Amino acid sequence: MPFIPHTEDDIQEMLAVIGVDSIDTLFDEIPDELRCDELKAIPAGMPEMEVSRLMQARAREDGQPLCFLGAGAYDHHIPAAVWQLTTRGEFYTAYTPYQAEASQGTLQLLYEYQSMMTALTGMDVSNASLYDGASALAEAVLMAVRANRKSKSGRILMPRTLHPLYRRVTHSIVRNQGIELVEVGYDGKTGQVDTSVLEQYAGEDFAALVIPQPNFFGVLENVDELTEWAHANGMLAIAVVNPLAMSILKPAGEWGEDGADICCGEGQPMGAPLASGGPYFGFLCCREKLVRQMPGRIIGKTVDLDGKPGYALTLQAREQHIRRSKATSNICTNQGLMVTAATIHMAIMGGEGLQHMAAACHGNTERLSQALCSLPQVESVFEGPVFHERVLKLPLSAKDALKALAAHNVQGGFDLSDDYPELDSAILVCATELRGEEDIEQYRSKLERVIAAQVQTPCQLKPDW
Amino acid sequence: MIYEHSRTGRRATAQTNPEMDKLSDIPDALLRKRPAGLPEVSEMQAVRHYTRLSQKNFSIDTHFYPLGSCTMKYNPRACNSLASLPGFLSRHPLAPDTHSQGFMACMYDLQEILKHVTGMHDVSLSPAAGAQGEFAGVAMIRAYHDARGDTARSEILVPDAAHGTNPASAVMCGYKAREIPTGRDGDIDLDALKQALGPQTAGIMLTNPSTVGVFERRIKEIAGLVHEAGGLLYYDGANLNAILGKVRPGDMGFDVIHMNLHKTFSTPHGGGGPGAGPVGVSQRLAPYLPVPMVDYDGTDYIWLTEKERPESIGRLSAFAGNAGVLLRAYVYARLLGREGMHRVAEFSSLNANYLLKRLMEVGFDAAYPERRASHEFILTLKKQAKELGVNTMDFAKRMLDYGVHAPTTYFPLLVPECLLVEPTETEAKEDLDSFVEIMQTIKQEAETQPDLVKQAPHTMPVRRLDDVRAARELDLAWKSDS
Repeated sequence: MPFIPHTEDDIQEMLAVIGVDSIDTLFDEIPDELRCDELKAIPAGMPEMEVSRLMQARAREDGQPLCFLGAGAYDHHIPAAVWQLTTRGEFYTAYTPYQAEASQGTLQLLYEYQSMMTALTGMDVSNASLYDGASALAEAVLMAVRANRKSKSGRILMPRTLHPLYRRVTHSIVRNQGIELVEVGYDGKTGQVDTSVLEQYAGEDFAALVIPQPNFFGVLENVDELTEWAHANGMLAIAVVNPLAMSILKPAGEWGEDGADICCGEGQPMGAPLASGGPYFGFLCCREKLVRQMPGRIIGKTVDLDGKPGYALTLQAREQHIRRSKATSNICTNQGLMVTAATIHMAIMGGEGLQHMAAACHGNTERLSQALCSLPQVESVFEGPVFHERVLKLPLSAKDALKALAAHNVQGGFDLSDDYPELDSAILVCATELRGEEDIEQYRSKLERVIAAQVQTPCQLKPDW
Repeated sequence: MIYEHSRTGRRATAQTNPEMDKLSDIPDALLRKRPAGLPEVSEMQAVRHYTRLSQKNFSIDTHFYPLGSCTMKYNPRACNSLASLPGFLSRHPLAPDTHSQGFMACMYDLQEILKHVTGMHDVSLSPAAGAQGEFAGVAMIRAYHDARGDTARSEILVPDAAHGTNPASAVMCGYKAREIPTGRDGDIDLDALKQALGPQTAGIMLTNPSTVGVFERRIKEIAGLVHEAGGLLYYDGANLNAILGKVRPGDMGFDVIHMNLHKTFSTPHGGGGPGAGPVGVSQRLAPYLPVPMVDYDGTDYIWLTEKERPESIGRLSAFAGNAGVLLRAYVYARLLGREGMHRVAEFSSLNANYLLKRLMEVGFDAAYPERRASHEFILTLKKQAKELGVNTMDFAKRMLDYGVHAPTTYFPLLVPECLLVEPTETEAKEDLDSFVEIMQTIKQEAETQPDLVKQAPHTMPVRRLDDVRAARELDLAWKSDS
């Protein structure tokens, strides 16, 4: 019996103590008509050896294509030590640190994580994680509506330069609380938030402006200007940032005069493998004065009875297990193990290590962009400066190009035509520090062939009858 | 503290190129002026530091962990290894379907298995944890009423013993949460329920077996009453381990459920997640399931997104939820198979009932002594607290000294001085016997030297912590001058 240690003798002794004649009797309070049959539709159990064979075959089936896809999930180097430590049973199989004295390992690590995230983002405080970047933005929006007491409208300005999936997730999560997300267009030339569109909303009642850095096109926004504009118009500034980019870019806490009020984003670039989109983790940081509006676990440093430093869950009066329907969010379990990986990752990389990594991503993306733009009719769409992604226009439909590249085992980028039909045949490409010159040359030569095959003018000779 | 090992200029140099790429094309105003204040340590210092930190944790791999309502059972290592195969780890979430058939096959199979084991019509795997599953479930209830133009329904009923996530999820979906009392026998107070039901009722959220550790016997009657009032029934899967393969929420009359895969399907708890909270629904709620989902068209696995499912409540995370957790649960489900799932309920119930009986024999009081325990049970230490001045928290802390993680304390709130004990099916009889001995010893200590118990723990890295100070003098991040 997999994972069940009981011997036949154990079972008989235990039943005797309970005073019943069979295990089945233990279910005698359940009405008979509710009991189910054998569940034949569920496959029979398999030994580990056979399950291994099945899973290996399926993992092989997906291959390991050359990945130039980003769009919110990035293929980065992860130091070997990160996951070797993270999967130690003491981290992997513990739970939420309810018994603080027996969970100082996890608690101290989370405190270190909060310290590193505040250092990276320039914010005062961090929580101990949310599910992912998109749901973290939804929580940031809810938080801003609660925190901005001057605003009564429940409206949020949401630029179209923000990840389309983040906009959709935020909508799904906040829509039942009467919150309205108002979209702001972008400047077709720079790929940045269109400030003239923004100006139309000046003086209106909005709880917050969302500011992505970099934005979905990979372009860097003029964050100082946007933050100032938000504050001048009585709005909070919610920064949505890539944590790796924060290692080289001006941290959210320093944007404009006073800095962003809330900073959130996707933690995946900090030690989480691509892994089909999860588990990753969402991070959420804010100004100290907003900490009581924060959702999720927060760890505080304190002392024990002897005055010795220790760590504990704190400000729990915000949370569902204490406050129930008055809690700041329903979140309970977060993404603890991913935060464990991220903390170890940041400790090993250090501030400068992350800068090297970020700069290498930037350099590789620029080299990729130049290589691809050397092909006929491939051109960069936006003029604004970028971090590690760029929008390129192709001489054939994005769908066809990406499909053909995939057949050559290259994941060439993200097709923008569904979310931004006005960009026509544009794709979003990304080259992380892992995509060096050889990989870039492979992509270039394959795209060259794809273009040649597809834009070849059809034969002009028509049968003449 | 990792920062204490930090020295300016020290680096884990194996990880990066010595030359840094240029950033000269980025305007200066957008750049950071100096590196972020992260620790500057060598790789070995980091490895040693985090190894030592890990050793300050209790975990399933190292300790008996009978934390009620959390199902802390053995997490098979195969689940981790097989979910971490290179093909799975390197798959980009937006990879084309042609590079995703292996992964999607696992997701489709898992959807099917969960459908059958819960008796629901359809399943979506995307919610990232139980609370997000609850949100999705209540949002679907709302979408259903809204689609019928039945918009006056404003209340979700929750038992007073429910997890705090239940009322909090109801509020996130724009509903008011209304509490229903639990009767003296542990079942819901049916008269109070009847009074609460009305045209304002959107639905009810129930856990069965309930959070007081007993099976709600009149569930069919409750389902009838709620449906009659036009409401829907939500099943909180926190305690699914107790009935896996024995009884299905779908057969009990539930319209929507969530499962906690990090409980019932043994994916790791990870120091507080990641979890996974798939949702299952009856046919009438199927159109509203969160996306993405996986379908099979006879040749290929395909994604179902907003486009194919326009009535969906939408997307709850950017991609497909906690995919790696789902893969682990899938491996677990294949290792167990249908017989193994059946045994989960049998042996978790056997362990709980045995442990309860033994603890009662040595003088502890059950909160519901007349009832059969499910996979967990509640002790009340009311007597000890009154007679000896040693409360539940003292017992819990003393257990740590004996190498046992304490059960859940002071939940559910309606039972005074309670301990919610869930031994799970993977513990051997001798471990349960040893727990009984420890409880007996602590009881004797409480009688003869109460201060020893009241001051516990004595052997942990820290003694009891000052929670009031933690909340009052907020110290939430390390500063170089602190």
